[in-house]
Order: sequence, then C-alpha cells, then structure tokens
Amino acid sequence: MEDLYQEIILDHYRSPRNRGACPRCGREVHHDNPMCGDEITLGVRMEADRIVDLAFDGQGCSISLASASMMTELVKGKARDEALEDIEQVRRMMHGEEPERDLGDAEALEGVSKFPVRVKCALLPWMALRDALSPNDMENDRDDDEEGGS
Amino acid sequence: MALDVQQLRQEFPQLARREGGQEFAYLDSAATSQKPRAVIQAVSRIYEAANANVHRGLYGLAEEATAAFEQARDRVASYTGAYNRRGVVFTRNCTEAINLVAHAWGRARLGPGDELLLTAQEHHSNLVPWQLCARATGARLRFIPLDDAGSPRLETLADLLSERTRLVALSGMSNVLGRRNALSQAVAAARAAGARVLVDGAQLVMHGPVDLAGLGADFFAFSGHKVMGPTGVGALVARPELLEEMEPFLAGGEMVLDVTLEGATYNEVPYKFEAGTPPVAEAVGLGEALAFVETLDQEAVARHEAALVARGLELLGQTEGVTLYGPGVEPGRAPTFAFNLFGADGQLIHPHDVGQLLANEGIAIRAGHHCAKPLMRHFGVPAMCRASAYIYNTELELERLAGALGRVRRFFCGG
Repeated sequence: MEDLYQEIILDHYRSPRNRGACPRCGREVHHDNPMCGDEITLGVRMEADRIVDLAFDGQGCSISLASASMMTELVKGKARDEALEDIEQVRRMMHGEEPERDLGDAEALEGVSKFPVRVKCALLPWMALRDALSPNDMENDRDDDEEGGS
Repeated sequence: MALDVQQLRQEFPQLARREGGQEFAYLDSAATSQKPRAVIQAVSRIYEAANANVHRGLYGLAEEATAAFEQARDRVASYTGAYNRRGVVFTRNCTEAINLVAHAWGRARLGPGDELLLTAQEHHSNLVPWQLCARATGARLRFIPLDDAGSPRLETLADLLSERTRLVALSGMSNVLGRRNALSQAVAAARAAGARVLVDGAQLVMHGPVDLAGLGADFFAFSGHKVMGPTGVGALVARPELLEEMEPFLAGGEMVLDVTLEGATYNEVPYKFEAGTPPVAEAVGLGEALAFVETLDQEAVARHEAALVARGLELLGQTEGVTLYGPGVEPGRAPTFAFNLFGADGQLIHPHDVGQLLANEGIAIRAGHHCAKPLMRHFGVPAMCRASAYIYNTELELERLAGALGRVRRFFCGG
C-alpha cells in the first residue's frame, strides 16, 4: 500500500500545485474517466512552442489529482517536444518500465503500475496534456482576453 | 431461533480467506455472493459423474444430465413462485433475460406512440436495453421520479400510466440503496392500466423466495450468482402464454422442432428461448443454491438482515465524515449501505481511495457508480462506496468497516 500512497503523492493531493483557473490559457482540454468519475480540465498557455503556463481543475481520486499536480510542475517552462517525451516516459512507467529521464515528483507514481485499476487514474492528466499539445492549432496563444472571456 | 451465523459461515470456503494478515470481511455480496460448498460440489458432481449434453442423448448418462437440468428448472419455478415451470427460461444472467424481453416482446410489439415506464433508479441493465428498444421501435421512455432518498415515487404511477403505457420495468430492490420497492402496489396499478410488468429481481432474489404469481407480474429476471449460485446462469420467469406469443430471441439448435433450408418451426416454451447447449452445470448449481436458501429459517434470516441494517446504519451514521445515501431502517431493506466519506474541509475522499485502503485492511467493498449512473447524478456525486452485507456477514465486520473508515479519513486528511 505504501507503494501506492507515497507521502509525496499525499502531499500533492492535499496541497495541489497549479490548481485552479489558468488566465490567458489559449487551449483548454477536458478529459474524463466515466468509469470512476475522474475528470480534469487542463488549461495550457504556449509561447514559441513552449509551455509558459498551465493549470488544472477537476475532481477525482488522490492518484489522479496528485498526478495532475506533479505533471504541471514537471512540464511548466518546457518545450513542447520535451513535454511530449515526459508524457511518453510516464506512460511507459505505468506499464512497469524504468523511466529514462528525471520525472521529478512524478516518479513517485511508479508504484501505481502495480495496481492496474489505478493506472488510468494516474494517466488521465497526462493524456489530457498530450491532447492539449496536439499539432493542430499549434501557433502561439494570443493575448486576446481583454474582452473578459475567462 | 436465531440464525447461527458462525456455523453458516463454515459452509462458505471463501469466507475463511485472510488478507493482509487479517480475516477477510467480504462486504460486496450485492456484486456477487459467495458460494456454499453444496453449490460448488453440485457443479463438480455434474462434471465428474453426470456430464452429457441435455435433451439429446439416448444413453443413461445423458438422461441423468437432462434430469438434473430439469430438476433445476423446477427449483427455480418453486423459488420464484412461477406460474408454471414452462415459464422458466434459463439465460446467461439477469441482463440477458431483460434483453430477451426487450427484443422478443418489445421490438415485435412496440411502435411510435407507445410508452415504456421505468424508474430513474434502474441498474444500467434495466435501462440500456429499453433505450435500444425505444430507438428501434419509436416508443418513448418515461421515468418514475425519485425522492430525496433515491427511491422511486411509486405514488406518481397513477399520473404517469395511460393507455399508451405498454410496460412498466422496475427493480424489486435497488442494487445501490438496498430499498425494497413496493412492488405489489406498482404491479396492481400497471395491470389496471393494461400494461405489462417486468421486475428486475437481481437483488431481490438474494433475500429469500419470491411469489411472482401472487404478485401478478409478467416477467421476472435474475442472475444465479447473486443468490449463491454460479456465474453464467440466470433466468427469465414469465407467464407461459406470453412466451408462447413471442418470437424467438436467439436462434439455433434446441429451440427448433423442424428445420428446412427455407425455414423452421419452433420448439415449445421454454425451449423456444434456449438456443444452443445451455449452462447445464451452472443451472444445476443454481438449483442447489436456491434449495440451500430455502432450507434456512426465513424468519431468522430476515431478523439477522434487519439487525445488520440497524447496526450498519447506526455505525456509519456515527462515523465522522460519512454521508449515507438511501433509506433508513425500514421493513425488508437489505443491509446494503451506500455512502461517501468527506474530509474535514468537506472535500470528497474519492471512493476508489476509500476502497483501496479498506482492501488493505482485508475489507472488500465496491467503489464506483454501481452501474447506476443516473442515480449517481440524482445525488450529485460521481461515485459512491457501497458495503453490501449478506446473511453470512456479522455485525463485527460492520464494526471493522466503521473503524477503518476513521483511519482512511485521517490518512487522506491528516490529523
């Protein structure tokens, strides 16, 4: 059980980073897992193909919420390709492979791979981010929220 | 006489399991019940001593298998209070039994302007087949609304029923909330309006014999595995004359009398609805399970379940952070407890987290939407925890559950 609920995971769950609205985030994606009711809305702001800001909101279990919090810390400031590689590494880690790069706090998610039912929870935010970084509409987000569209 | 639960537990090998160095508290019987030794042995006995295909062979072994299979049909007829053994169709499970009616009765008879009346509480298996049926026929689905406790407001039936209503399909007991629905009232109102009635008996059947003919419903569907029987077998119990009027559902061997390259004539009921080799050993196991339940003192069982209901509601009601859903103590209620656990800040501790930590203490509950997403929406929650006790559970196990929930809350919320 300690494999699953590591202290660092509980810390992110109790005090999530980058949770809430993401002002001036140009792209917003919503993912859910209807089987368990987990859902996440992820806002990402890109500049020069780089993630300059992101934030998430939603509801879910400790694993999905902690995973989202860890993810936002890991990829903020990273280039798109770097973030995509992080996502791939986390995906592989969930299937029992050793990560080949530093994944920050998200490495604590490794133990989730032993609980197959929970792998989807851990991956939910990462799949949302992969969607947000999809090649469609990849020009930089414009600063066009003066009209108050939040 | 009180039910000797400790002695009863000896009949269920799974209950002796240990998990995490602790006794295993199985509180997920509404998902599937554990099986007594008599059922396990009955299934083994078929494969060891009486295995042959039924209704075909001319040799002694085949006659034995057929006799055992048909005896199981008699036991289902007796346990459910069937109109006649000809009205007992073996299916794969409760879901298939409902689909059988939705196809063979619904699609052939319904059309635009017709209405199907369900409740907003139904398990997906008594909802989605009717959605498909309505889409295929142009009939309209209507729903009996729920009260604050999530139970159907059957008093609204009179207003909802009309000459357009062709069928009322409702569960005898909620798989989430444990309430026993007032079926006799619903059936009487529906029949007075000229509608047929289907009862989803998946949960009801667990808690003692049923009197279908006395109730007057037209269709009754259930799964064997909920009532101590094997998986892979269930039954549709129906008015035989209705089955006779219906077109076949699945087609193949056994359900036909004569076949030419151009067509076929169908076997008599119930065989018209039993295409292919049936689940013989499973049906025999189901018959044994029903016989096992029938040998118990039904009043003692009811008292034990009522005691579990009272103690469970009391314990969970006293546990800090627990919100209970569904009815309080009331007659016939099953010891099925739906609840959520909230932290001091009011934040929901997700049922999957609760279930995972309970599993670590050797306590098995179900966490999720329980195949009743409309009901989850009614309560405004994405998921719930459900602890479902059965006749072999003890008040001590419910005490362990309540104690463990306190630890779960401290684990996730600190303090």
